Amino acid sequence: MEGGAQTKALQFQRFTRLNRTLHALMIVSFISLALTGMTLKFSYTGWAAFLSRRLGGFESAGFIHRAAATLMFSLFATHLWDVNRARKREYGGSFLRLILGPDSLLFARRDLLEFVASLQWFVGTGPRPRYGRWTYWEKFDYFAVFWGIFVIGSTGLMLWFPVFFTRLLPGWLINVATIIHSDEALLATGFIFTVHFFNTHLRPEKFPMDIVVFTGRMPVAELKRDKPAEYEALVAAGRLEENLVEPYQPVVVRTIRAFAWTALGIGTLMVLWIVYAMLFAYR
Amino acid sequence: MTGEGSFKARATRRAAGGEPRIAALWLAALALAAVPGRPALAQETSDCLACHGQKDFTAERKGRTVSLYISEKAFAASVHGGLSCVHCHAELQGKELPHDAPLQKVDCGACHEAEAKQHAASLHGRALKRGDALAPTCSSCHGTHDIRKAKDPASPVSPLKVPFTCGKCHQEGTTVMRERTIHQDHILENYSESIHGEGLLKKGLVVAANCASCHTAHNILPHTDPASSIARGNIARTCTTCHARIEDVHRKIIKGELWEKEAHVLPACIDCHQPHKVRKVFYSQGMADADCLKCHGSGSLKAQDGRSMAVDARDLQHSRHAKVACSQCHSGVNVSHRRPCETIATKVDCGACHTEIAQQYARSQHGKLLLDGDPNAPSCKECHGTHGVEGRLQGSSPTFATNVPRLCARCHREGERAAVRYKGPEHGIIEAYTESIHGKGLLKSGLTVTATCTSCHTAHGVLPRTDPASSVNRANVPETCGRCHHGIQEEFETSVHHEMVGKTDKELPVCNDCHSAHTIRRADAEGFKLDIMQKCGRCHGEIAKTYFETYHGKVTQLGYTKTAKCYDCHGAHDIRKVTDPRSHLSRENVVATCQKCHPGATRRFAGYLSHATHHDPRKYPWLFWTFWGMTGLLVGTFVVGGAHTLLWLPRALQMRRELREAEEAEEREHAAGHTPEERG
Repeated sequence: MEGGAQTKALQFQRFTRLNRTLHALMIVSFISLALTGMTLKFSYTGWAAFLSRRLGGFESAGFIHRAAATLMFSLFATHLWDVNRARKREYGGSFLRLILGPDSLLFARRDLLEFVASLQWFVGTGPRPRYGRWTYWEKFDYFAVFWGIFVIGSTGLMLWFPVFFTRLLPGWLINVATIIHSDEALLATGFIFTVHFFNTHLRPEKFPMDIVVFTGRMPVAELKRDKPAEYEALVAAGRLEENLVEPYQPVVVRTIRAFAWTALGIGTLMVLWIVYAMLFAYR
Repeated sequence: MTGEGSFKARATRRAAGGEPRIAALWLAALALAAVPGRPALAQETSDCLACHGQKDFTAERKGRTVSLYISEKAFAASVHGGLSCVHCHAELQGKELPHDAPLQKVDCGACHEAEAKQHAASLHGRALKRGDALAPTCSSCHGTHDIRKAKDPASPVSPLKVPFTCGKCHQEGTTVMRERTIHQDHILENYSESIHGEGLLKKGLVVAANCASCHTAHNILPHTDPASSIARGNIARTCTTCHARIEDVHRKIIKGELWEKEAHVLPACIDCHQPHKVRKVFYSQGMADADCLKCHGSGSLKAQDGRSMAVDARDLQHSRHAKVACSQCHSGVNVSHRRPCETIATKVDCGACHTEIAQQYARSQHGKLLLDGDPNAPSCKECHGTHGVEGRLQGSSPTFATNVPRLCARCHREGERAAVRYKGPEHGIIEAYTESIHGKGLLKSGLTVTATCTSCHTAHGVLPRTDPASSVNRANVPETCGRCHHGIQEEFETSVHHEMVGKTDKELPVCNDCHSAHTIRRADAEGFKLDIMQKCGRCHGEIAKTYFETYHGKVTQLGYTKTAKCYDCHGAHDIRKVTDPRSHLSRENVVATCQKCHPGATRRFAGYLSHATHHDPRKYPWLFWTFWGMTGLLVGTFVVGGAHTLLWLPRALQMRRELREAEEAEEREHAAGHTPEERG
């Protein structure tokens, strides 16, 4: 699509620069957290010991883990600040309009309908639903991060500062926190590296990869096909034009792809490692 | 019988004692005894000396003129100086002086009753009774009017004089020796050369044994008489009156046999130590080394089988045995032979001097093998060498600490004689030891106090560890290690792992169960710290497994030593039950134990479950249900997410096909609008 006359065609801007930056940093912090955390979780595998050595030992790995956690907390805070800013700018300061508006990420009745319609489409008893700006699985992914940050983050802080937390809480809660932190992390990692990867990046029709979250741009034709409801709403409101931008230079796209592929590769390897550790080396 | 004197009283006692012979004698004496009150009778010594004090006072006896002179001075100086003549010459009691008839023989037994009795029963007394003219009476040894105390050097029975007094009869050439059966010859000469005679006569040592010390003074009996002090059965008792502690110091093994056939039963001393020739040594002395080296000093001397018989005198000079004569080890030489060594019948027996060690060796594995005739069994010389034998503190000695591993390695290195027959679990012993903390201390740091092979296995009592007497037997290991690591041993003995504390039917661990034997490492070495969980886990399997489910365990499993290991919380050698107040994990101590790594730890913090497992719903319900809750969440999410994706997949593939087709159609359209050249 980068070749020939298409290059000059304007593209639809789906994500702001800040969103894309946050997502990219999120990848860095998430993979760092996952890699360093998994060395402990699967410490009984040779891989873990090898990786731990590569990461400079358990203390260095621990440092990376905490640094990445701090980064993730900051990303989360930044995002909340961004959402709040959008509320003021675009929704007249109204929370209600923010969360009930058509572009809201909050689950709505429409998502339930689309979910049912999707299942019907999957089994061949209905047409492909006309998805809007955010599909239900995208919303699910989005709130999974909220949930994850809350659950993994809070238990992580307990493990980070056990002496402080046990001034108030009984010591065995640290054990409970360990289980929750570890299993929830496993869930997050497994989910992101399989379901999210598939749903969002590796879907056959987007194969080899959808990089919209990195470039922020998608061809208008794709928008029209993928999210017809949003496209039609934009056209109806006459706001499509204002969201069109020039595509990136091929070198930028190549760089982005390299980054994305690296992240995808590491994620896939980790899935394989998890499967190996859980099924073949578990004890 | 009117006498009231002491004599009568004594006689009465004697008669009552039932000794008719002597009593009769006394009745006769009493008949003549003093009758107090008779006047004008000479009873004073001076009265007697009026005649006997004159030097020319003589009398005719059996045709010979004999002197009847008694030295007043000598009598006054004698032990009896305070008595009057009639005290002994009782027959003169009340008699008029001068007396005509020769007096009867004085009966010393009147006063010296015990001695007289002994003498009467003795060899001498019996001869006297037989009427043997040569039999000695009291006066033969003690003298008559000049008797002195035995302690008085002037007395013929004083220690220094006894040999000569006895020797009056018992030396070569005397009538007694010629005419009576005396089984020993050269008694006096031999005695004077014996260690006793030498001590007495040459060194003036009055406590040295003289004739009477062994034969007694008055109770002399032939050695065939069971009552004799020198009878076989009694000789040991006689000798031990002086040699009281001989059992403690005597050589235990002589000519390969225990000197005491039965414990604490002394053999007859005279079997080895000839009477009258008593010498300290029982082997031949008198062979000078130079005599041996006349032949053996030559480098070309060969035995019949071709072995060199040469001895390098320089070896001997520097050896521990530099002052030991050849013949002391190569015993059995006979100096009267032209080749004194031809009478040597046995190999050198080091145990002749090194008795204790030889006994220990005989019980050791090495000794047993030697006894079985095993050609590989090491004897003394295998380790100590022969003529050049050196003490173990001598740096050049093969038994010097730093040389010991090499010495043992000669047989115990992998593939060598001893190693090939070994079936146990220890392999590469020498290499492992060299790399161990002991080996490094000894061989790399040159620390000669470091444990070497013999420190644990002993030098001469080496036994396999299965032998209960072995120093490396399970039961003895703590003590063996404790010889150097004493403080640890004391600590260990109070721990739950020691049999005095831990009550269990399972086998309790000893030092080497955790520290290993030959591969022993520093306890602060990485490898050791990481290994310890496996060691503890051998018995505490479940608890070790749960440890690995915690952060401490997981980091350890990754190969890092910084997180808490078993011993960080439980202690190492002082592990006690957590219910013991002294335990590191008792209620009193547990917070402090946590604080070793977590400075701000509180009692709540100590509530952390360091052996938590989420598999036990009764012990840890919270963990159990959290785990299963999380697992449920995981499974649920993945099932829903996975099913959604899988259901989607066919549609997605379909879309992909349609898109491709659409694209290709577009391409074709595009291509149709251009010439092939342009498409290039």
